[in-house]
Amino acid sequence: MSSLLQDYLPVVIFIGVSAFIGLALLVAPFLVAFGRPDPEKMSAYECGFNAFDDARMKFDVRFYLVAILFIIFDLEVAFLFPWAITFGELGNFGFWSMMVFLAVLTIGFVYEWKKGALEWD
Amino acid sequence: MSLAALFFYLFAGVAVASAFMVIASRNPVHSVLFLILTFVNASGLFILIGAEYIAMLLIVVYVGAVAVLFLFVVMMLDVDFVELRQGFLQYLPVGVLIGMVFLAELVLVVGSWTFGAGVTGAVTSAAPGVSNAVAIGRVLYTDYVYFFQAAGFILLVAMIGAIVLTLRHKENVKRQSIPVQNARTKAMAIDVVKVPSGKGL
Repeated sequence: MSSLLQDYLPVVIFIGVSAFIGLALLVAPFLVAFGRPDPEKMSAYECGFNAFDDARMKFDVRFYLVAILFIIFDLEVAFLFPWAITFGELGNFGFWSMMVFLAVLTIGFVYEWKKGALEWD
Repeated sequence: MSLAALFFYLFAGVAVASAFMVIASRNPVHSVLFLILTFVNASGLFILIGAEYIAMLLIVVYVGAVAVLFLFVVMMLDVDFVELRQGFLQYLPVGVLIGMVFLAELVLVVGSWTFGAGVTGAVTSAAPGVSNAVAIGRVLYTDYVYFFQAAGFILLVAMIGAIVLTLRHKENVKRQSIPVQNARTKAMAIDVVKVPSGKGL
């Protein structure tokens, strides 16, 4: 096994431990919890009323705009990572090419701010 | 069987199974969750071939962001569970047919594949001991600067497009304006009126 994969051994151990704890917490109530259900206990409780309609309503389209704007800045950060770790050897040109990239996205950010896309109503 | 091979079969098996569940599960929300599981396993496969940067990007971009978007799309559909159960897997024969055609094409293409002389040298890591993100960073911002800037402009267009298409402001909403608030003086805010007794305003 190469050394790169050996670096990921702690991650695998973490995933194993968290999977174990998660499964234990899911399974343990079935085994040890005290349960004596009756119809009154299992019935829907919504401030004394039966449920009026389905709770699965359509989402507002404005959530979609927020998510798209998030993805764009997420991708911008993805471009920043290799730049940051090779910063010392890139030189002037690499520095300014990233500055131009950031400036282009800042234009978009200013547009977004001025347009009021970050406000809800 | 080595440990790396064991993990390959684990990731590949879970990826294929969860990809099947994406199209087979009745609830679209469950489909999206299986899609996330597929992405996570694909990222594990990328780590196994040594492409760490791509693997982490897959987690950050696809699992973090694109899956949220898919979830919103699914939420915006009117999720009618009674109707969903009726059309379960009715498109399976057509899907299998198309899948078989693609599989045949892939077998024909990959089966007759021969590697050129310089290819194996080009696809391996630039230098031993150099991680992939460093290798990308060395060339992306200098040698491939036009592609890099083009990516920036594409992101700008996507941002402006999303705002133009979906931003609708409600009329008659009171908005907070900090400059107006700060510019308020006592004279603008308070009006002292002398009211004569018995007359009112």
